[in-house]
Amino acid sequence: MSPTGDAASEDLSFHPDTVPLAVHDLTVAYHRKPVLWDVDLDIPEGKLVGIVGPNGAGKSTLLKTCLDLVPKASGEVGIYGKPYSEQRHLVAYVPQRESVDWDFPVSVLDLVAMGTYRRLGWFRRVGKKERDQAMQALEQVGIAHLADRQISQLSGGQQQRTFLARALAQDAQVYFMDEPFAAVDAATEEAIIAILQELNQKGKTCLVVHHDLATVSRYFDWLVLLNMRIVASGPTKEVFTKENLEKTYGGRLSLLNDAAHALAEVVR
Amino acid sequence: MNIISVISRLQVVIVVCLIGLFLVSCSNGHGHSHGHSHGHSHGPKPGGSLARTEIVWPTAEEITDVAFLKNYNTRLVVISATCLGIAAGIVGAFLLMRKRSLMGDALAHSTLPGIAVAFIVMVLMGGEGKSLPGLILGATIAGVLGLLTMLAIRNTTRLRDDVAMGFVLSVSFGFGLVLLGIIQKMPQASAAGLESFIYGKTASMVAVDFYLTSGIALCAAVATLALFKEFTLLCFDESFAATEGWPTLWLDILLLGLVTAVTVIGMQSVGLILIIAFLITPPAAARFWTNRLSTMVLLSAVIGAVSGWLGASISALIPRLPAGALIVVVTSSIFLVSMFLAPSRGIFARSWRQRNLRKKVDRQHLLRGAYEILEANSFDSEHVANRSFSRAELLAKRTWKAKQLDRIIKAETSFDHLVAGPSGQLQLSESGFGEAARITRNHRLWEIYLVTHADIAPSHVDRDADMVEHILEADLVRRLERELRNRGASIPSPHLIPASTENPATAS
Amino acid sequence: MNWTSFDTWIVVVGIVTAIACAVPGCFLVLRKMSMMGDAISHAVLPGIAVGFLLTGSRSSLPMFLAAALTGVLTAVFTQWVSKFGRVDRGAAMGIVFTTLFAIGLILIVRAADNVDLDPGCVLYGAMELAPLDTVSFLSFQIPRAVLSIGSIMLINIVIIAALFKEFRISSFDPGLADTLGFSSNKLHYLLMTMVAVTTVAAFEAVGSIIVIAMLIVPPATALLLTRRLVPMILISCGVGTIAAALGHYGAITIPGWFGFDSTSTSGMMATATGLLFVLAWFFGPTDGLLSQLLRRRQDLEEPEALRSVSAPD
Repeated sequence: MSPTGDAASEDLSFHPDTVPLAVHDLTVAYHRKPVLWDVDLDIPEGKLVGIVGPNGAGKSTLLKTCLDLVPKASGEVGIYGKPYSEQRHLVAYVPQRESVDWDFPVSVLDLVAMGTYRRLGWFRRVGKKERDQAMQALEQVGIAHLADRQISQLSGGQQQRTFLARALAQDAQVYFMDEPFAAVDAATEEAIIAILQELNQKGKTCLVVHHDLATVSRYFDWLVLLNMRIVASGPTKEVFTKENLEKTYGGRLSLLNDAAHALAEVVR
Repeated sequence: MNIISVISRLQVVIVVCLIGLFLVSCSNGHGHSHGHSHGHSHGPKPGGSLARTEIVWPTAEEITDVAFLKNYNTRLVVISATCLGIAAGIVGAFLLMRKRSLMGDALAHSTLPGIAVAFIVMVLMGGEGKSLPGLILGATIAGVLGLLTMLAIRNTTRLRDDVAMGFVLSVSFGFGLVLLGIIQKMPQASAAGLESFIYGKTASMVAVDFYLTSGIALCAAVATLALFKEFTLLCFDESFAATEGWPTLWLDILLLGLVTAVTVIGMQSVGLILIIAFLITPPAAARFWTNRLSTMVLLSAVIGAVSGWLGASISALIPRLPAGALIVVVTSSIFLVSMFLAPSRGIFARSWRQRNLRKKVDRQHLLRGAYEILEANSFDSEHVANRSFSRAELLAKRTWKAKQLDRIIKAETSFDHLVAGPSGQLQLSESGFGEAARITRNHRLWEIYLVTHADIAPSHVDRDADMVEHILEADLVRRLERELRNRGASIPSPHLIPASTENPATAS
Repeated sequence: MNWTSFDTWIVVVGIVTAIACAVPGCFLVLRKMSMMGDAISHAVLPGIAVGFLLTGSRSSLPMFLAAALTGVLTAVFTQWVSKFGRVDRGAAMGIVFTTLFAIGLILIVRAADNVDLDPGCVLYGAMELAPLDTVSFLSFQIPRAVLSIGSIMLINIVIIAALFKEFRISSFDPGLADTLGFSSNKLHYLLMTMVAVTTVAAFEAVGSIIVIAMLIVPPATALLLTRRLVPMILISCGVGTIAAALGHYGAITIPGWFGFDSTSTSGMMATATGLLFVLAWFFGPTDGLLSQLLRRRQDLEEPEALRSVSAPD
């Protein structure tokens, strides 16, 4: 455990530049409550990784911290051996569907084209090339016919596919996905997993926050079990055991007690 | 590519041209009409004290004078209000989309101490005190300070945006009043003009001020449009923008800085309390008419320009009507009209659609009720005969009120689904019977789907599960059948009715 | 400086206003509706103007009622515009209050030559003159403002005390309040009515800017210092009281340092609340900026809950 959390002391020398995601000694706190505690993680290249754990385990926070969206209390994160800020071009991000206002006045194509904005840079506008890329991504997720539709007119599954298409338009090496299967229909879930497997075959790495234990072993070949700290990380066959799951979800009861206690404090 | 998207793609060019045109036309007329500037008189009649609260209507000549900007001073005031409207409409659109509308209000209030300090400094330095460039500089500095305070409160405390805004607004405005209180007692200068910054005034404008305000408006509009893509991303999905390396904090500050700029130049004509209306109302009105951000921004600029022009013109025509308040009233009227009358998002259009859906649902309930009565009266559910039935039977079928039922019966009769049988009985017509069977079948399909997929179905249907059966389309019905058949569920009666007979009467 | 009974009365008016505002203000802040105070205090202008034009006198019952009604209507219209027009809540608030304010401004300016009322008095008030206008109450001569605002203060306190648990639950969890049978919507409008009535009662004596400040800033300061509701209300009353005294003292002394006479008392009281807020923000014991700076990761104790999850070895 490193005593100070100075960003200046960030040392990534232990991170080999072949590892798409290496997390070392990561601790994250919201206000004074720790959310992630001493997380160490190495994800090998070209894996389809499921991040699984109970509610409040810090799954989304882990992704957001890797993407510099949440400040670290201590620890380092390396994307192919370098800090995220230098490796943005290698990373695509699919946020939770609820994180945006779906009544926003843009079309599906406009939204997907946002995936090309970083490559465009300042001031330059979306041109034919970018629209073609976006269209191609939409075809990949199977909703090209909805390109001109306003995003509020999409169903939940279509919204998720749109987000996925935007990530595809980013054309990255590592894909971070926050609960892409939350409240989507079965057809969309199948379509998404097919795309993930396709990406996987191209050697890309996908990290997916997931909450359905029933499908874990079918979808993912690498598994991270998380409950504030890493309980286990490795090939799904080895990690997805009853013992590990009990370790991951067993703490939930005492967590619930704590939460109830904290709630009582607030309401008092 | 349609015309609107072409226009919206060219909006930078259009705005630059429009404003440039205004400026040029104004400077051309500058020389020979300057003499009129002293002759301008709003409402020339002094009027007796009894007639004072009555509006002095302008003559036709005065109206044409104002409408064609003949008078030099009127021209300056009206054109600068129009430019301001364009800039406010464009910047405000992003403020609205960022859901930060009231932050503009707080910023506007926070400029007051800056104005007061600038005045004091200018007087102490021996200047005139009321020079606009100096006051604008002071207001801008104060606005930026207010903005930074708000962001600091939001980022370092548990307090939320609304508290940060309320804090900055009330404290800096209070501080501004303290400074104004001091200024009023300063022997060197009369501060009478400063209060017009709070409420706005159709002050006569000097050319320097005109170029300054119009120039700043032009710059703010162009800067916002140049960053169209970046601001869109910021407003729609901030965290995605951050992961892509866009400096979201700086973009935020830049957007609010542009808001401050518009506020500052708008203070003189609209006043710092009402300028916020100029920033929020046009984009909110524009939002009703379109689902495209680019179109919305364009429309918002047009609405802003029209309100600025109209408000300033009316104020020039009728004495003792404050321009700022008039501009706001014009904008609000446009907003109200948009809110009610806009084609797809307007209140009337939406409630009309909802009413139609409700009517359709009612009629489907009636037909299903009728079919179920017939079914119960038949010997076997495979061969339901179309007999007559009584209104009382129908009334017992659902919990509807007698009056409501009569209304639905009347509607269905007008669709030729229902005919009055002998002795007050009712009977389904040929087409009504087919429609009733189809609806009943769809309902049961949906019911079975919900039952067999009870675990997943509710989370997988986006609309209200109960409403879905009323909007099932032929394609969806076929998919339902296939799904149910695959899972081995029995397809409900009535068997004999072909599934996809889409009756034109209900499709309408 | 020469402190007289006049100054004492001015401070008393300030304190009474502060408490009358801080009590409903706490719930305004907790419900994330801080800007409603600003909106309502601007939007009462047409009510004041209409009441004034009808009766021709300031401070009469019809004017009070018209203004309070407009204040409540602001809340109602805001709700409508955001619900039926599907406009962002903040924007809806802005559209409604600016429209009403503009209408009020036009009415007042049109009438300005006939009547002695200018929009300035609504914002600044004339707090310095408040002690001059006295009424006899229980054989004492006390300023009318103390009596009018004081009674509003008492009404506010009584309402909040009587409906304390309802207000608390509906601010904390509106959904739960509804299921328990306390309509959070009704409480919302009750709160809005209280804010409107307080604004109107205070506007002519002390000006509306101080109402906006006292509604929001003392509760916000209290919220920086505590997370519990009852202490929060008490602290915000205390902050308001100190700010009122400090504000008036500052208004008559500080300009003297620069060779001026005195300045707007209500403005200075608003400034004083801001000063107290900044103090709490910087030096607050647990959440202050300073203690945030001093706090490092060592302070994060390994949570109890984690010990039950065995460490991966």
